[in-house]
Amino acid sequence: MLRRVKHWGPGLLLLAPTIILVGVFVYWLIIENFRVSLTNQHTARPSDKYVGFENYTNLLADPNFQHSLWNLLILTIVFLGGTLIFGFLWAWMLDKPAKGEGFFRAVYLFPMSVSFIASGVVWRWLLSSLQTDQPGGERTTGLNRLLDSVGLGFMQNDWWSNPTWGIAAIAVPAIWQLSGYVMALFLAGFRGIPEELREAARIDGCSEWKLYRHVIFPQLNPVMLSAVIIIGHMSLKLFDLIRAIVPDANTYDVQVPATMMWVKYIGSDYADAAAIGMILLVLVALVVVPYLMYTSRAEKR
Amino acid sequence: MATSILDRAAAPAANTALGAPNPGRRRINRTLKYALLMLFVVIVLIPAYVLLITSFKGSADADPSRAWFLPTTWETGGWSKAWSTLAPALGRTFALVVPAAIISATLGSINGYVLSKWRFPGANVVFTLILFGMFIPYQAVMIPLTQLMSNLGVPQGVPSLMLLHIVYGLPICTLIFRNYYESVPSELIEAARMDGAGILRTYASVIFPVSAPGFVVVLIWQFTSAWNDYLFAAFFSSGRNGPVTIALSFLAGGQLTDYGASMAGALIASVPTLLVYILLGKYFVGGLMSGSVKG
Repeated sequence: MLRRVKHWGPGLLLLAPTIILVGVFVYWLIIENFRVSLTNQHTARPSDKYVGFENYTNLLADPNFQHSLWNLLILTIVFLGGTLIFGFLWAWMLDKPAKGEGFFRAVYLFPMSVSFIASGVVWRWLLSSLQTDQPGGERTTGLNRLLDSVGLGFMQNDWWSNPTWGIAAIAVPAIWQLSGYVMALFLAGFRGIPEELREAARIDGCSEWKLYRHVIFPQLNPVMLSAVIIIGHMSLKLFDLIRAIVPDANTYDVQVPATMMWVKYIGSDYADAAAIGMILLVLVALVVVPYLMYTSRAEKR
Repeated sequence: MATSILDRAAAPAANTALGAPNPGRRRINRTLKYALLMLFVVIVLIPAYVLLITSFKGSADADPSRAWFLPTTWETGGWSKAWSTLAPALGRTFALVVPAAIISATLGSINGYVLSKWRFPGANVVFTLILFGMFIPYQAVMIPLTQLMSNLGVPQGVPSLMLLHIVYGLPICTLIFRNYYESVPSELIEAARMDGAGILRTYASVIFPVSAPGFVVVLIWQFTSAWNDYLFAAFFSSGRNGPVTIALSFLAGGQLTDYGASMAGALIASVPTLLVYILLGKYFVGGLMSGSVKG
């Protein structure tokens, strides 16, 4: 027993600072946050009166919050779909030996290195809505102006200023920023497929389509899963980009739980803010926990 | 920019010889592919073009009909306004991001070493529990976190943000180093152990000397994500003591925006991370890849 402690002890000791920090700043705070979400602390004054799950039921019954969940769903679907399509397309085009590959890769990936706050500045301008009160939309700038001048005027729209689909416009800059990342993931996936596998399939007379259908796509499944998890959980947390593009965080059209939590916090409604945080945590955990369990089991094998 | 992970392992170009369609069609396909690739380059670079031209525009180009054209006269007024607004915040951001990156990388390296080479029963569970910290939406801890930080007496601004970037950076740093050290042969560790070296001696003599690439990846990752952070900055700092993202959001926010100055500001705020990306792109991609857990 003593020998074992001597063997494992030092390792645990070195790990102790991290275990304590993560224990306090992640797990203990989650519990504490859950506790606050069960109180009626709706003002800056501390309150320890517990109201059970009342804050949750009130939130879920609140049309504003329901709308923020709808927005989150649309945002996630468009964001995921867009990054997967562009990421795959770019990786697929660059997979076969291509001249200038490094250049294309570098350009497609560069938006990743910029903050949402910085890119939000330009996207706010690009996504400025139609000024319909002016005849002919003369004050219109941004993409609407560009579309108009290249003869695609019918594609002009109000971007994020639309209560039902406006949030999809917010996904556009998000797709711009992260498609390169998904491309890098897919490219690493393509490159991980042994050349012999493709050769064997070709020698067996596989058509190009069958090669993809039966050899390449199955091999890319783990990469695809990683991409979905990473983009999906980024989408659930998306906050900075919306704040940068939309001047008022309380804008109904593009309200998501993360921005609503901020509005509640600013209004000192700590119980509601904590409850929204918990709901976000549950949503993320539904996606991430099975994934973490899957990867740690796959590693053991 | 060489991105080693993504580079094809010098495979013979045999696949072109086998069952190749007629060369004419191939040439058309190739032209089509390059046209498409260039089209995407243009689309991806549109925001960069807008940022650049607008940052040099003065009031003479305020008319929306000139929105997509180059400036008639290249004004630098926006740049000087942005610089004077952002300069103090830039200094604060460096002061908080650099130590945060170094400290979390050091802790991450030690953690990764223990979890890959000095394993104890339950090490996998501990690792997964640490890893979960990387995925949580920080909104789920934010309310009690503000309370905890004020109870601990950590001042808002640089000290708070430094601490938070260290703590919440630990999971990813640990992950990257653990995956990196998996490739170090265990025999080296065993040999050092046989010679009677303890856990720290083994780290110093065997692991640390081969850690440089891991450190570069982790430092870049931490630098970039802390530099670009806005969420923690919004909760734990103000315009007076906050990092560059906060300063930029004040410069660019509000209903009436001075687009010339805010676009110049966006460029100024992005220069450090863009430089890192251009000069060290290979390692930048390495960090990105490790985000996919399996590394």
